[in-house]
Amino acid sequence: MTVSVFTRRAVVSMIAAAGLAAPVAAEVDFSGKTIEWVIPFSETGGSAKWANFFAPLLSEELPGQPTVVVKFMPGAGSTKGANWFQEQKHDDGTLLFGTSGSTQFPYLLNDPRVRYEYKEWIPVMASGTGGVAYLNAEDGAKFDGSANNLKDVDFIYGSQGATRLDLVPLLAWQMLGMNVEPVFGIKGRGDGRLMFERGEATIDYQTSSGYLGGSVPLVEAGQAVPMMTWGALDDDGSIVRDPTFPDIPSFKEVCEATEGCETSGDQWDAWKAFFVAGFPVQKLAFLPGDTPQDVVDTYTAAFQAVIERPDFAEISSKRVGKYPVFVGDGSQAALETATSVQDGAKQYVLGWLKDAYGVELN
Amino acid sequence: MEILATALPELGHAWALILQPVVLGYLVLGVVMGLCVGVFPGLGGIAGLSLLLPFMFGMEPVYGLALMIGMVAVVPTSDTFASVLMGIPGSSASQATVLDGFPMAKNGQAARALSAAFASSLFGGLVGATFLTVFILVARPIVLAFGLPEMLMITILGLSMVAVLAGRIALKGMAAAGLGLMIGTIGEADAGGSLRMATYDIPYLTDGLKLVIVGLGIFAVPEIVSLLRQDRSIAKGASLGAGWFDGIRDWFANIWLSVRCSVIGVAVGVIPGLGGSVVDWIAYGHSVQTTKDKSNFGKGEVRGIIGPESSNNAKEGGGLVPTLLFGIPGSGSMAIFIGAVALLGSGDIEVGPGMLKDNLDITYSIVWLLALANVVGTILCIAASGGIAKLTTIRFTYLAPFLFMLISFAAFQSGQNFEDLLALFSIGLIGIFLRRFDWSRPAFLIGFVLSNPVEKFTNQAFQIASFRFRKSFEEGMDYIFSPIVIVLIIITVVSVVLGIRQAKTIMAEGDVQSGSKRAPLVFLLVIMAYLITALVNANMIPDYNMTDKVIPLVIGGFSLACCAILLVQMMRRPEGDVIFADKEVAGEDADAPYGLWSTLAWFAGLIAATWIVGFILALIGFLITFFRVRAGADWRMTLILTAAGIAFMCLMAGALNRDFPPGLLQSAVDLPWPLK
Repeated sequence: MTVSVFTRRAVVSMIAAAGLAAPVAAEVDFSGKTIEWVIPFSETGGSAKWANFFAPLLSEELPGQPTVVVKFMPGAGSTKGANWFQEQKHDDGTLLFGTSGSTQFPYLLNDPRVRYEYKEWIPVMASGTGGVAYLNAEDGAKFDGSANNLKDVDFIYGSQGATRLDLVPLLAWQMLGMNVEPVFGIKGRGDGRLMFERGEATIDYQTSSGYLGGSVPLVEAGQAVPMMTWGALDDDGSIVRDPTFPDIPSFKEVCEATEGCETSGDQWDAWKAFFVAGFPVQKLAFLPGDTPQDVVDTYTAAFQAVIERPDFAEISSKRVGKYPVFVGDGSQAALETATSVQDGAKQYVLGWLKDAYGVELN
Repeated sequence: MEILATALPELGHAWALILQPVVLGYLVLGVVMGLCVGVFPGLGGIAGLSLLLPFMFGMEPVYGLALMIGMVAVVPTSDTFASVLMGIPGSSASQATVLDGFPMAKNGQAARALSAAFASSLFGGLVGATFLTVFILVARPIVLAFGLPEMLMITILGLSMVAVLAGRIALKGMAAAGLGLMIGTIGEADAGGSLRMATYDIPYLTDGLKLVIVGLGIFAVPEIVSLLRQDRSIAKGASLGAGWFDGIRDWFANIWLSVRCSVIGVAVGVIPGLGGSVVDWIAYGHSVQTTKDKSNFGKGEVRGIIGPESSNNAKEGGGLVPTLLFGIPGSGSMAIFIGAVALLGSGDIEVGPGMLKDNLDITYSIVWLLALANVVGTILCIAASGGIAKLTTIRFTYLAPFLFMLISFAAFQSGQNFEDLLALFSIGLIGIFLRRFDWSRPAFLIGFVLSNPVEKFTNQAFQIASFRFRKSFEEGMDYIFSPIVIVLIIITVVSVVLGIRQAKTIMAEGDVQSGSKRAPLVFLLVIMAYLITALVNANMIPDYNMTDKVIPLVIGGFSLACCAILLVQMMRRPEGDVIFADKEVAGEDADAPYGLWSTLAWFAGLIAATWIVGFILALIGFLITFFRVRAGADWRMTLILTAAGIAFMCLMAGALNRDFPPGLLQSAVDLPWPLK
């Protein structure tokens, strides 16, 4: 450790301390503590990158500059980790839990394996992301902005499970009339990308950070062709192009260009509802439900300080894409968006899961 | 050629980066920290790296890399101490080393075993780095050639080592491996999340059992209990025979074995998703197969150490390929490493496909820092081995309580639950009986370790193959029977045929006498009862989650069939037949002055007391009572040893930010660390 790091950290913490709002309790001090940020996925996916990006920044802003360690607890598409977190009680404020859309979905679909209740947890930070679907080079050549030429190709896709975040791409591809066979049981999107690179899978999607880190080189090498993003929400709640990938059409555009794909009606509404729950508010950081208010405020202030860093926009766009980060009340509102889906959309998706994959959730 | 032309200047640049005094200083610092962490079984690189993580933000990249790599590189070297001296497999990298390393220590050849192991480690690390320097340039397409069928075949090759290690009765070995596989399926399935032999009411079981706990339970607990019963030193007669120089000579005499196993290590390490779990078993199997006189394996054959130790450090180098080129970590510590690299400097180094193009010099620095760290770490370890080997001459009764302390703490680190201790005790019981009745413990462990890969690769390869077959028959056959798969099948078949022929001469448990029918028969029936329960349980999973039930059903059915044949054989054969092997009939265990249950009760007592008053308080009571009552030490000695043990525990845990298992007392009263 060099002197300059010490100095810089001291300066940063002084600035942070001076800039913090009044409610921050001076009593909460994490000096010498280790904060465990548990991620219910493997080390290879987007959630890992997300937490690894925020962890050191958070460490600098929390009082006492505790070590923030990201721990991985993968299994059963993240319900394993979430069920574990449900059992955790507030101890000394050193446990943070990160969820992703793959944790939200089983909850929304009343999956019997879900033993957790989002409403009992306290969100302290939420951030959105986007997703990019891409094709192998051979089939990518047939892609012309619509899926019209892709309808008689058999695609293979490495999937974490139809009831997970993968629901959004799988449903989108089906709406486009494409024939995509999922291979279930992979542990993270990184493994899915590797399967794509080996040629075993022929279609893949990554969340924005995973796409930027691992898939862009494939596109540059001509081994992959970007197909579409899921898009982003504008202020009116309509789907527009993803600002991180302005050159890639959104699913909505591709759907409009493809015969037989409708951007209205039950099917579209259901897709959009799950897209909103899974992407614009994809990742949330939680404290256990019984955490005292002063600890919650400390975390809120720390995350606030992180996103107010002058270089935050720059460093975050490189690692996690240009998406909003919500803190405090914003994260509470974000949680509402992510965990409420109209009943009609839910019923449609439940019926589709049963018809397409024989999955009955009850 | 063109590749080489760009690579050579980058290699030169990398050396210029590494050979700065400051960088070397950081490397040595990392190595020393790694050694301190690594001798602790069950902690390893993850704990150490987590400790370094906060210092990485904005650090000069090559300094940070030197520090982290120094730490990661020596863990597979330093955990050799525990596996050779105490029979404790510290990590998956040292499982196979226990098989011959610990018997050598018992023969008074601890220093020789250690230095042979370290020399092999060093050499393996260097071979690995040399190989990687060239290989990393062309690695991508080769790594990508290993699809799911290929990975499945490598896993099966690893499993086929059961044939070599099955012991005198092949059926027993297969049933032991099957039991290991079945124990490995406990918990939530990866594919569909169904529960197997678990319930949400016992959340601990849904996570499945951790390798550290199973390794400690199967190898360490039975050995500690057995030695404690005999009340002697680890080295028979408390004398040290051969010195550290002999070990280095042994290694040099077997240098070609070391070369081959290093290459095996790099080659398997390169494949993402397999990691270290199979490497040392394949290397051990190879060592056995290429040795003319196999009679010493399992009893202290130095080639049984040189093989696995050459491969496991080379594997660390190989593991860099998926980590650096694909951004896919081969192990938990590599995952933290990836996270840490992103924090270095201005954050420009992004581990992944761009690494070769944009940061070839950094890539080479990492490869050679790893090799250099191996050199530094090995020299330190060899220098220490002569002294540390003297531990084996101490009366074991004075060591055992500290070992119980260490393995309990190590087990607790894996899941931070009190149940970790219960699991350790239960698996320890299984281990004790496997050992007593001469069921191959290595076979059990191989089964357990490979349970998850076997299931995952089988399911996924099957799905993709069935899609391909639907397209056309040829495409399906091309996918399943790729040239690599065919080569692997041939290797597997040859190694199984050779293995079965050789298995009879390799007695991992020594020459076990046979006795009456009753005890071995009861043990067999207990295993059958478990298998039947597991089968019924797996069968209850609904059919739409077929991926979650098919492997437990097939493996469970197979193991049950093995057991059923054994049962018939047991009923037919006369008493005293080799099938009724029982260590309590004759030999060291039978002649031991202390009984099994009274000895085990000490360990049970420690766990029970932990449940009530928490680990540290329980440990104080345990150490004092043990030294006074069992060891018969005077009060002065007792207090000094107890204080030393507690101080050591607190020092290590404090430095690493670790907690101790809490008890009922802790949930009622708020106590300060380390009592909390």
